Amino acid sequence: MYFASIHRAIGAPLAKPFVFVLALLPLAYWLSALWNDALGANPAEALLRGTGLWTLRMLCVLLLVSPLREAMGWTALARLRRMLGLFVFFYALVHFVAYVWLDQSGQWEDILGDVPKRPFILVGLLAFILLIPLALTSFNAAMRLMGAARWRHLHRAVYVIALLAILHFFWMRAGKRNFDQVALYAAIIGALLAWRVGRRFIRRGARPGTSR
Amino acid sequence: MKVQSSDITPRALVEGRRDALRRMLSGSGALAMGSLPNLGTAQVLAQTQRPGKLAPLPSKASTLPGAQAVDKPTAYKDASGYNNFYEFGTDKSDPAANAHTLKTTPWTVEIEGLVKKPGRWPLEDLLALSPMEERIYRLRCVEGWSMVIPWVGYSLAELIKRVEPLGSAKYVEFVTLADPKTMPFVGSRVLEWPYTEGLRMDEAIHPLTLLAFGMYGEILPNQNGAPLRLVVPWKYGFKSAKSIVKIRFSERQPATAWNKAAPQEYGFFSNVNPEVDHPRWSQASERRLGEDGIFGKKRKTLMFNGYEAQVGQLYAGLDLKKFY
Repeated sequence: MYFASIHRAIGAPLAKPFVFVLALLPLAYWLSALWNDALGANPAEALLRGTGLWTLRMLCVLLLVSPLREAMGWTALARLRRMLGLFVFFYALVHFVAYVWLDQSGQWEDILGDVPKRPFILVGLLAFILLIPLALTSFNAAMRLMGAARWRHLHRAVYVIALLAILHFFWMRAGKRNFDQVALYAAIIGALLAWRVGRRFIRRGARPGTSR
Repeated sequence: MKVQSSDITPRALVEGRRDALRRMLSGSGALAMGSLPNLGTAQVLAQTQRPGKLAPLPSKASTLPGAQAVDKPTAYKDASGYNNFYEFGTDKSDPAANAHTLKTTPWTVEIEGLVKKPGRWPLEDLLALSPMEERIYRLRCVEGWSMVIPWVGYSLAELIKRVEPLGSAKYVEFVTLADPKTMPFVGSRVLEWPYTEGLRMDEAIHPLTLLAFGMYGEILPNQNGAPLRLVVPWKYGFKSAKSIVKIRFSERQPATAWNKAAPQEYGFFSNVNPEVDHPRWSQASERRLGEDGIFGKKRKTLMFNGYEAQVGQLYAGLDLKKFY
């Protein structure tokens, strides 16, 4: 069947390096556009916005893994999840560096003045800070050291991060009341989080003896 | 075949082309051959290199103090490809992509309100009203970036003189085109349409306030506010209304588009002022597009965008923090 062949492809040995290269394409595009002066009149702004948007897109892809795995039975997707999570962190890091270096010219006193003026920056910063422990504990050794339950608990922070990311995007666009794209990503992330809430609810109801 | 009036090239443009041809044969031709002393007999011609995209709009270099910024002009590609013109979309690249639908001929500007001579001015008459000057102005956007643009036009005061404002006229309002058929984003909730702007009378008749018909030696590209726009170099860019269709003289301060949308963020004056921050960001510095480099530091923003010597006296005694 068609879906079965997709699942076989996900499970193929080359799937992981393939997704790795795919996830690096935005970065490759920026580097080539930078080299060819193709980022428009304001390349700093183009990079700042591009890196932010791709962080959000990676986050959507990451959050899609569990629903797809369960709904389609594509268990092999689990193999890709850690790498996708690290790509979310990677693009968030590039976005952060773009803000500090390109937008603020690395002037720490300017940044300290900017953060309270623009609360959406604070929200983005918070989301980035929350990503750091997740990236640091992404190794097998960290998971063993923490124990699976605590590790899982910590990594649920990604749901908070997703909500902060949407708030960051919404607030950034609020100045021009330009919410079309915000609504799209909010709907995607909202649906992906709602699916998790729904699943939890159904499981709890289905388990005998835990119904309330 | 029926010839429509919109098919006929405005006379001023035709004459402009003839002027340019004549000049190629005389003045600047001599310049090209290197015989500079010949220039002494002619007036100083506008020197900006034409990009060769649109009809030429010849002009003489303005001699007005402040009208020849020494800054390096921004590349035409950037000035015509990175625009805020929300009628065509909110992304900076939207206007260049969408504004081709704007129809700039025929075009009339209606003069109304407190003037002795109200009426409708065809674009051709406005083009011929006063000699075209090239003025190189800094343009500072409220968002924190800046450009340097060689505009072609004349002081708005020339037009104001002709329509003879009454003594009671204290403000000038600029109403811009809002045509949902040619402007895809008219009707979006970002702003109220039509986009309107306004100036106090003394600001409007200040010689630096430019009624622009062209830039880089050519007529304005649609995305830059064709066929005519305002350029007020000491104010944030959004004060310089594009594609103007109506100029109204009034006794009371007119409502302005951004002020209506966010009064605490965008004041009526909106003079460039590094000491008065936007509520959501600092106005102390700016990125000069195409020049400061992607990894370069931003430059300090100047009081009144560097035009303090020319316009500072307009605001003597005014609390600029309160009247932002």
